[in-house]
Amino acid sequence: MRPVLEVSGLSQDFGGLRALSDLDLRVDANEIVALIGPNGAGKTTFFNCVTGIYTPTEGQMFLYDADDGKHLLNGKKPHVITAMGMARTFQNIRLFSDMTVLENVMVGRHCRTRAGIWGALSRDGHTRREEQESIDISYALLESLHLQNLWNEKARNLSYGAQRRLEIARALATEPRMLLLDEPAAGMNPQETHELEILVRGIRDARNLSILLIEHDMSMVMSLSDRIYVMEYGSCIAMGKPEEVRANPRVIKAYLGESDA
Amino acid sequence: MDIQFFIELFFGGLTRGSIYALIALGYTLVYGIIELINFAHGEIYMLGAFTALLVAGVLGVYGFPVGGILIVAALAAVIWCAAYGYTLEKVAYKPLRGAPRLSPLISAIGMSIFLQNYVLLAQTSDFVPFPRLLPEMEFLEYVNYVMGPSDFLILLVSTLAMVSLSLFIRYTRMGKAMRATAQNRKMALLLGINADRIISLTFIIGSGLAALGGVLIASHMGQVNFGIGFLAGLKAFTAAVLGGIGSIPGAMVGGLVLGLAESFTTGYFSGNYEDILAFGILILILIFRPDGILGKAKVQKV
Amino acid sequence: MRRILKAVLTAIWFMALTLPVMGIKLNTLDQTVQWRFDRILWLGAGVFALAVIWDWCFSRKARGLPLLRLPKGWGAGLRNLSGRPHLKTGGLAILTLFMLVMPLTSSFYQTNIMISALLYVMLALGLNIVVGLAGQLVLGYVAFYAVGAYAYGLLYQFLGWGFWACLPVGGILAVLFGLALGFPVLRLRGDYLAIVTLGFGEIVRLALQNWTSLTGGPRGISDIPRPGFFGLEMDINASTTYVYYLVLAAVVITIIMISRLKNSRVGLALQALREDEIACEAMGIDITRVKLSAFALGSCWAGFAGVIFAAKTTYINPSSFTFMESAMILSMVVLGGMGSIAGVVIAAMILILAPEYLRAFSEYRMLIFGAIMVIMMIFRPQGLISGERRRYRISALHGAHNGGRA
Repeated sequence: MRPVLEVSGLSQDFGGLRALSDLDLRVDANEIVALIGPNGAGKTTFFNCVTGIYTPTEGQMFLYDADDGKHLLNGKKPHVITAMGMARTFQNIRLFSDMTVLENVMVGRHCRTRAGIWGALSRDGHTRREEQESIDISYALLESLHLQNLWNEKARNLSYGAQRRLEIARALATEPRMLLLDEPAAGMNPQETHELEILVRGIRDARNLSILLIEHDMSMVMSLSDRIYVMEYGSCIAMGKPEEVRANPRVIKAYLGESDA
Repeated sequence: MDIQFFIELFFGGLTRGSIYALIALGYTLVYGIIELINFAHGEIYMLGAFTALLVAGVLGVYGFPVGGILIVAALAAVIWCAAYGYTLEKVAYKPLRGAPRLSPLISAIGMSIFLQNYVLLAQTSDFVPFPRLLPEMEFLEYVNYVMGPSDFLILLVSTLAMVSLSLFIRYTRMGKAMRATAQNRKMALLLGINADRIISLTFIIGSGLAALGGVLIASHMGQVNFGIGFLAGLKAFTAAVLGGIGSIPGAMVGGLVLGLAESFTTGYFSGNYEDILAFGILILILIFRPDGILGKAKVQKV
Repeated sequence: MRRILKAVLTAIWFMALTLPVMGIKLNTLDQTVQWRFDRILWLGAGVFALAVIWDWCFSRKARGLPLLRLPKGWGAGLRNLSGRPHLKTGGLAILTLFMLVMPLTSSFYQTNIMISALLYVMLALGLNIVVGLAGQLVLGYVAFYAVGAYAYGLLYQFLGWGFWACLPVGGILAVLFGLALGFPVLRLRGDYLAIVTLGFGEIVRLALQNWTSLTGGPRGISDIPRPGFFGLEMDINASTTYVYYLVLAAVVITIIMISRLKNSRVGLALQALREDEIACEAMGIDITRVKLSAFALGSCWAGFAGVIFAAKTTYINPSSFTFMESAMILSMVVLGGMGSIAGVVIAAMILILAPEYLRAFSEYRMLIFGAIMVIMMIFRPQGLISGERRRYRISALHGAHNGGRA
């Protein structure tokens, strides 16, 4: 398989605290990989390192482009990493809440469009075409996430589930090769979770991208993922197909505590 | 180098610095607990000076013994300013808990403008002379080239105030509750600490200290004006940031450092640059070391 | 009943609170005290009324109701009115006509007031880019205004340059200052940014005040020429009228430019920055660039306004560029609604014209400005006019039906 994201020996220290230690992880093309583990295991920290919000203490992170070119992510700024093809959602939803649903997605188009201040002021043909295109692409994305009826609502007025889907639409607008979802099903009921699962799989199939997700809903993780990484105290304690991970004694121990399971 | 001149400047800076420190404590206490730059804090200081002036004037006219006037006036200023601080928080900040971070700041700026103009309209736009109320202090005779009675009073009172504040914060129940709230408001709430009361208390203490500063500086400079709070407030804020905002010893150190720096610049270069120096320090510190001399860096949460 | 009791207690509290500052007037010359209990009583009555209103506003806010409910039918009627395009154009036409005829029919004095109101509109719109759209609270905005004004004053004084040559230079210099301030403050959090920009503004003013050899110090620069019109000689009335049209044109251009900017790709990025800096960055937006653009654009307008201001008053000194000036402009943005162009224009007009025409207000002007900032933040943080939404034309929907709730 061709890799899309490759991380080796990743460590992150905060003062004396080691939040990630010597983590290796790889996501292949078209794969859905889950990152699970108890709270505080370092999953979100991992996302923050890969997306350039934190600068890792040690280790290397690479993103592959469509021609299998290998690009180092270390030291790159978040917006550069997004432009390289990595997009994410946030655990504690970070939408642009005073902007409309459509505008939220259009912001995601920023790194794929060019118009600058002069274009804005003169509104020349090129700028207008680009803008219309961006509107239409954004609307199409909203349709694919069943949000089209809400396109002119303010993001803050959306239901919880709709906000989570809008975050995904916004991330997809940046045309990622690698999509990171941070607890996409958090706060959803089983019905919504099931719909989300179908949606996520559909996105992978239709858009030819790889997905790495953090999730606590085990039934969703088990049925959706091709592979699972299990983290505890900042390191990876197990990796494999869902059925392998489910049977792994260390994982059971990490989840169920110190009892002799 | 003229050693006498140096000592003079040193004590001048110390006096100035202790006033900054007194006001800076109010900024630091409030910031520590609700992460708000209480922009109107300088105005409380100005109100303190005015209240003391008015009360002293009334007492003087009605023939109150001179020796007691300053004490009564200072007491009145502290009480009234504590009440102003309490009211300020209830009116302008409490309704904005949980609002976006800039909302209370804008409200605070509005309050600062409001209070300045309140005093301007109710009193005057002129500089008002502050009566001479300090007794001669004979024991200062030998050092009077560096320290007059008002300098001595400032150093004495501000040291006392800071020591008692530190003891209060460290050892009393309320002080401990304040520290707990500053560290983690949610947790403090869960432990049964009434956060609203702690916040009110913080404003009351901070405002009382600022009032004390106002009285001291008014009796030192000999005049008062509605606009003195703005510059003094900004400089005290500079002191608070310099020492690491949120830290009580930091505010004291920051105040003294700023006072000394200003005093020496004025003495060795020119008085024209003392304000530029203060703002320059403010900007440089905020940009390059926003956690101050004694503060610790924090990691941003995502 | 409880509400009344609470208001009475509040009134008593405030009467006690304001007793020294409001109630005592010292005469330092003949050492007498004048007690002004009448004022305290009036204040008590005022506070009582305000407390009742305040409480009522809060209870409505808590229940999520709008502060003002229009009588039945009015709301729908108003919406109908604003929805009708020809009425809107009609209103705009009347307004345009009024603004065009105004200097010809009004006194010299009134024209001058309108000029300064329009200058404030320009400043408020400029600040609105930085504060309203990009969410960067800048408290030293007046520094860029000063840069523009002094650019014209100094270039005229030392090099004899005229208004039209100085206008672009003033704008460019202000942009350079904006970038010079923008670079170091990129990483700063919101409230620290506010304080740093405030310090910057004060430093600029202090520098103008103390650098006497260059700027004339506190005396400032006088005899700056009014703008010329192809070398035509004009008396003071004619040139005031001319300046009026100039400012009016500048305001119209500003409005057009800023509304275009607001709705553009850059404008969306600015708003995203205001809403959430981290998410903005994660969406592939270079926040360094966006912030600097906001600073540059905002200061550019202040620079232009400064040049025009110098030409209008023919005399500038540092006292025109104090923090109070910045705060006034900020209160216009706050009152109008962060990011709303129409709201900011209306707010600037109200805040400048009302004190001029309602004499009773003029004394209380700054007091009211301060109060507005507090009250707006508490009861209507979105400003007078909010929810100004752009209409998007979606190709997929076009023709089928009129989509969403556009």
